[in-house]
Amino acid sequence: MNTSSRRSVAIVGAMTLSLIAAACGSDAKTATTPVPGAATTVPAGTAVDYKALKGKLVSSGATFPKSFYDEAIANLATAAPGLTVEYGGGGSGKGRSDLQEQVVDFAGTDGIVKTEDVAKFKGGQFVYVPTVLAPITISYNLKGVSKLQLSPATLAAIFQLQITKWSDPLIAADNPGVTLPGTAIVVARRSDGSGTTENFTKFLKAAVGPDAGGTWKLASGSTVEWPAGTQAGDGNSGVAQIVTSTDGAIGYVDLSDAKANKLTFAAVKNKAGKFVLPTLEATSAAANGTKINDDLTFFVGWADGDASYPIAAQTWIIASAKQADPVKAENIRGFLTYLLTEGQKLAPSVDYAPLPDDLRQKAIANIAKIGS
Amino acid sequence: MALSIADLRTKKQFADRLFRGTTLAGGAAILVILTLIAWTVTDKSSLVFKSEGLNFFTERRFAPSATPAVYGALSFIFGTAVTALLAIIIAVPISLGLALFTTHVAPGWLKRPLVALTDVVAVVPSVVFGLWGIIYLAPKLVGPFQTVSGWFHGVPVLGSLFGQVSAGRTFMTAGLILAVMITPIITSITREVIETCPEADQDGALALGATRWEMIRGAVMPHSIGGIVGAVMLGLGRAMGETIAAALVIGSSPALTANLFSSGDSLPSVIALQWGEATSDVKRSALIAMGLTLFLMTLVVNFAATAVVSRSMKRMQGVS
Repeated sequence: MNTSSRRSVAIVGAMTLSLIAAACGSDAKTATTPVPGAATTVPAGTAVDYKALKGKLVSSGATFPKSFYDEAIANLATAAPGLTVEYGGGGSGKGRSDLQEQVVDFAGTDGIVKTEDVAKFKGGQFVYVPTVLAPITISYNLKGVSKLQLSPATLAAIFQLQITKWSDPLIAADNPGVTLPGTAIVVARRSDGSGTTENFTKFLKAAVGPDAGGTWKLASGSTVEWPAGTQAGDGNSGVAQIVTSTDGAIGYVDLSDAKANKLTFAAVKNKAGKFVLPTLEATSAAANGTKINDDLTFFVGWADGDASYPIAAQTWIIASAKQADPVKAENIRGFLTYLLTEGQKLAPSVDYAPLPDDLRQKAIANIAKIGS
Repeated sequence: MALSIADLRTKKQFADRLFRGTTLAGGAAILVILTLIAWTVTDKSSLVFKSEGLNFFTERRFAPSATPAVYGALSFIFGTAVTALLAIIIAVPISLGLALFTTHVAPGWLKRPLVALTDVVAVVPSVVFGLWGIIYLAPKLVGPFQTVSGWFHGVPVLGSLFGQVSAGRTFMTAGLILAVMITPIITSITREVIETCPEADQDGALALGATRWEMIRGAVMPHSIGGIVGAVMLGLGRAMGETIAAALVIGSSPALTANLFSSGDSLPSVIALQWGEATSDVKRSALIAMGLTLFLMTLVVNFAATAVVSRSMKRMQGVS
């Protein structure tokens, strides 16, 4: 990080502190009404004196938000020199079992813990805090075609290998006026268990699954039974590599890897019937069109709204509501507050979409449930 | 007088006890470790056996996200066996040839660099082989695979073994990469074993008028066969357990097919790739059960190897 952005973080930090100080003047304990204004404002009552935080937090989990967390942790080191945060990655499954066994202070997860597994958590009840969103692109490599539109039904047909040529009438119907070559379609998908696969298949299930009267038969999950003949790549970069090196290839790749590999991506038809490109704005817009449950679990894909991009991933940090150590509780609250205030401004620089303000305020309110 | 006889004896006894203690600890440690591994793996995999029973070994589908979820290991067991066998079929003749070439055929000036080179290849980390396979070898193999597939099109057996080529990442690709990986190991051990063959036996065979090949068959082979089989089994074990190289080039599409040009999957590969996002207890348990399966497979191979070695040694030595 360069010096000027570090300085600006410090300035905003100072501004936040003064805002909080002002709020504390009234009734800091009970006030929960959000302070309107810039995206860095915090509801009164969640005052965090970063300089006072001392100690170490250990965590693991989802790899999808890792580069965002790493960026935020690096920046937090300036604001809170006494606090060390380690985020080990390892996947949502590892994060959840680590938190279940209480070997980490909090965990990152891209999915929701199954109801039957909740009771197994040794730390008791835990709290979901959504942190960031990101679009999943439909990246393709097709000579002579730089603009492509795809509807969920077409995507289902492509990824189930029901259509095999790019010139198929189904694809042509989505792309009036575009000349499509007869190149064979090569489907690239993940070889490893992945939250990206889970969110992509969840989108297909919601949009064109059996319940929606559609043709998607592979259900949803971090691993699905892809038909034989699809190409498997390890990680987003593995899928990106197949797409880059194969004419006629198509795959689902998260935005940052798609950008890093200079992939071309398609506009996807959303629930409102509009073709939308995978941008950070369209992803935040999707969150606005998403039904948020009381415990702040939600699925941001296939959301309402004209501007919503339909295939996106969300991620949470989960932490036990009741912490044995009050200092640890304060550190966790401090780190999470940072993620949802200053951290949100860092998100776009690493290709993640910040939470829309409404959801962000709810998330901040959930942090307060972590206590001792 | 510096030391009395009694002094010497106590000293000796102490050294003796130390020696016995150390060897005993070493022997016990290996047993304890093995027991612990076997116990943990069995214990942690019990969940999947409760839900799937022994069908786990015979079910070809692995579908953790289907309703109801299906956990079968057959496709992965098959993939592990097929790729390891392919690797052995390719690597053994090359290794034996290379070993005999360095010991009996190569001129003196070529011998040293050849030995050094094989040993260098033996220590290349497997991930490097995997990366070379995925970046260079897999894309280059599509063409040759298609040619071979074309030759055998319509031919019974061979036609189904060398069927349609789906991509560069296949059972055959994995088998080739594994073969490259285990060739130096088998070669090195085989060479060392052959070199221990008594000079007198070989000279004797030549003096009786044997050709070089007859000498190798009659004098070198009977002497070395046990060690060679051991080397091959070591290679087989490594091929079966190889994780990262296989994960990169096998294609990760569980398949039960005679077609060697089809993408597949193997036990170590699926464990490595699926572990991170295994969010349900049963799926985790299924992956541990695959580890257990692999463990059992290697045990079987090892026991079989011991049996083969002792039998073949008797037979070969009896002949000579």
